[in-house]
Amino acid sequence: MVWSAYTTPRARGGKPLAKAGTGSIVRGMTDPVLSFTDRGIYCAAGDFYIDPWRPVDRALITHGHADHARPGHRRYLCTDACAPVMRHRLGEISVETVRFGEQRRIGDALVSFHPAGHLPGSAQIRVEVGGEVWVASGDYKVVPDGISEPFEPVKCHSFITECTFGLPVFKWDDQSVVAKELNDWWASTAADGKTAILGAYSLGKAQRLLSMLDPDIGPILTHGAVENTNAVLREQGYALPDTIYVTPDLNPKDFPGALVIAPPSALGSQWSRRFGAASTAFASGWMRLRGVRRRRAADRGFVISDHADWAGLMQAIEATGAESVYATHGYTDIFARWLNTQGYNAQVVPTEFGGEDDEAEEAA
Amino acid sequence: MKDFAALFTAVDQTTKTTAKTKALAEFFTTASDDDKLWTIALFSGRRPKRAVTTTQLREWAAEVGGVPLWLLEESYPIVGDLAETIALTLPPPTRESDLPLTHWITELKSLAALDIDQRKARILDAWDQLDPIERFLFNKLITGGFRIGVSRKLMTRALAQATGQDEPSLAHRLMGGWTPETTTFHDLIEAEDAEADDSRPYPFYLAYQLEDAPEDLGSPEDWRAEWKWDGIRGQVILRSGTHHVWSRGEELMTDRFPEFARLPDFLPDGIVVDGEIVAWDGTQPHPFNTLQARIGRKTVPKKLLKEAPVILLAYDLLEESGADLRDLPLQDRRARMDALLQNLPDDAPIRPAPPLAFDDWDSLANIRATARDHRAEGVMLKRLDSPYLSGRKKGDWWKWKLDPLTVDAVMIYAQQGSGRRANLFTDFTFAVWNGNDLVPFTKAYSGLTDEEFRKITAWVRKNTQQRFGPVRQVKPEHVFEIAFEGIHASPRHKSGIALRFPRMSRWRHDKPLQEANTLDDLKDLLETYG
Repeated sequence: MVWSAYTTPRARGGKPLAKAGTGSIVRGMTDPVLSFTDRGIYCAAGDFYIDPWRPVDRALITHGHADHARPGHRRYLCTDACAPVMRHRLGEISVETVRFGEQRRIGDALVSFHPAGHLPGSAQIRVEVGGEVWVASGDYKVVPDGISEPFEPVKCHSFITECTFGLPVFKWDDQSVVAKELNDWWASTAADGKTAILGAYSLGKAQRLLSMLDPDIGPILTHGAVENTNAVLREQGYALPDTIYVTPDLNPKDFPGALVIAPPSALGSQWSRRFGAASTAFASGWMRLRGVRRRRAADRGFVISDHADWAGLMQAIEATGAESVYATHGYTDIFARWLNTQGYNAQVVPTEFGGEDDEAEEAA
Repeated sequence: MKDFAALFTAVDQTTKTTAKTKALAEFFTTASDDDKLWTIALFSGRRPKRAVTTTQLREWAAEVGGVPLWLLEESYPIVGDLAETIALTLPPPTRESDLPLTHWITELKSLAALDIDQRKARILDAWDQLDPIERFLFNKLITGGFRIGVSRKLMTRALAQATGQDEPSLAHRLMGGWTPETTTFHDLIEAEDAEADDSRPYPFYLAYQLEDAPEDLGSPEDWRAEWKWDGIRGQVILRSGTHHVWSRGEELMTDRFPEFARLPDFLPDGIVVDGEIVAWDGTQPHPFNTLQARIGRKTVPKKLLKEAPVILLAYDLLEESGADLRDLPLQDRRARMDALLQNLPDDAPIRPAPPLAFDDWDSLANIRATARDHRAEGVMLKRLDSPYLSGRKKGDWWKWKLDPLTVDAVMIYAQQGSGRRANLFTDFTFAVWNGNDLVPFTKAYSGLTDEEFRKITAWVRKNTQQRFGPVRQVKPEHVFEIAFEGIHASPRHKSGIALRFPRMSRWRHDKPLQEANTLDDLKDLLETYG
């Protein structure tokens, strides 16, 4: 990738760093490449925002999850891989697309999108102004999952990182290990004459799980929210196994030994009761914690996340060569403190990503 | 320990009691006697003596895990369990082993004789050969509190399935002061003579709260009513010339309540009495906080003994002349007990809990309404022909407590819970108005639904004003109705009051901040009910 092969980062020469949440935006020679405002991450040189949470004129979007791709902006720019899902979720919007790695000039800023490995179509956004490079990572995962475009390290001076799982207790097993656990659970559930119901966020997590399942075990049924997203991604050419959409008149008895993928909110609802005797499971990085697993009150919790684990975060940050790191959503205080002890100039940036609420817990 | 880890995994992976019981019963069928005995011990709250401190454990884990201690400490409240935090922080083991549960417990016990460097070396050596789940369990053996979703009742049921014995008699065998060091699986579970332990109490019979009108219970003549006293439910045992006092939590409290040492002067040998331990003012119980001053002390200063002597308000006679009376009807047991207790001097440390006379349910309802005047929490209803069952059972015994007192209070501090509530804000401090100030007066941890805890957690994260370690000061905004059973003066608290059993009974979304109750309102309650 030509665009990520940025040469050794230049020392920043003691320029004042961006301060979090300053709000006011005045163009000037000392403007940082990106600053943190109450609308979102702002680039003064290009007059655009990255993943803004208030309506703006021009929004660059890393990926289609609801906390990053919000409705109401006048113009959107994202990768061509991300656009179909955005249109699907946000309806009639004005979207311009770029290819991964393609460089765009916006005002005085050079902008390019690079794979973040978080979910199909997800990107980090590289912004270069006057030779200084910042990267806003959105959400990312460094380990390839077989379906998302693999994460690509991008050299930069300043790196805006998520840290959803920024604690050393979060370590992910290889996907193949979890895939085996998942398929073993499905097979034994089917052998018990029960339906396996797996709760997973409908964009990203659901498709990754689909790609991990062994279709020889039985039929795979999907909730509408998952199936609609599948349809969008299949149309784009992402390879997913065959699935059967659970329509209101579908009779579960016709599909013995089935596994059902549904959004977490559908588990325990009227919708899921139609499947009769069932074993339920969630798939999320939070399932690493026994307390969360027990609170979810599912039969199983599979530790699989579309975010980087502790080692993945450190690896990603190191690979950027950045001196300054801005920590957003997650255990930001703790993570920034750790980075500072490791020789980085790290700061906490309050954002409205993640939200730390129930939905985030299910999605991660 | 692989079989024990597999048992844990099976139990932990399901929320269904039948599946848990099945896994346990299987373990009780296949494991060695030593491992079975230790498993029973662990699931009934017994554990090996702690040979290393949790501080040492944290330091060593941080060192081996290659993280600074502060980072492990910060992770702990998020994980919500120290044993788990350590297990998750350690690097993967380099070796494998399959030594039995009992081996690791013996290993831990043997650490006591070693110096600190040797202890550390042995712990590190253990970590290096245990897989993640085994490590978690190993750490749990050290940190204690082996709560992994197996209640004692569930364990007893599984043991009954595995041994073919009936559940109540097993429950009885498991009571008392035994430890795996003082008995064997055979002596505890299989031997014919299970009565050898003189101190062994009977499993307590517990009542459910009466939710509906008492009219549904049928004719009042079939029922006995008495006050539901607010003390410590306990059993007093006189056997072989000595006495033992057990709390309902199965804690041996003989030494804490020396008053009962005089019981053999008044009562014959071979009896067991179930009752309420209360601090007695000569005519009625002191408020519970007077008794509380006694609970924490292993030895009691003379002054306290004089100011707050305890007595047993006797509810029931479970054993007489060494014979188990539990299958007799309540009225017969009471008649025998009353005969034993009649004509005792006034200063005897035991007296029968008096019956409440009532003709119909309405008159009992009127009596119940006066419970607080009698320092009682409500009334108990017991069917006259009922046997003394074991555990919490519906049907024959009911508690009919008074509605709690309530105040509307402002949440000002929040802290995260642990275990199942890790990473959720569940522990709150509440305040009432004193002029323009908010004065903290109570903490509360329970009463909200999971959904409400999730909502308030998200809110706390966005509305934290200041942090004091794990405690967050939050914007005063939310009003909660706090329910409690009693109110007492307390010089130790800033507000000057202390509540009994405070909990959040309602999230008052409808109540503006300024309309929360005041310190004067609390003082009025103290005046009336304290």
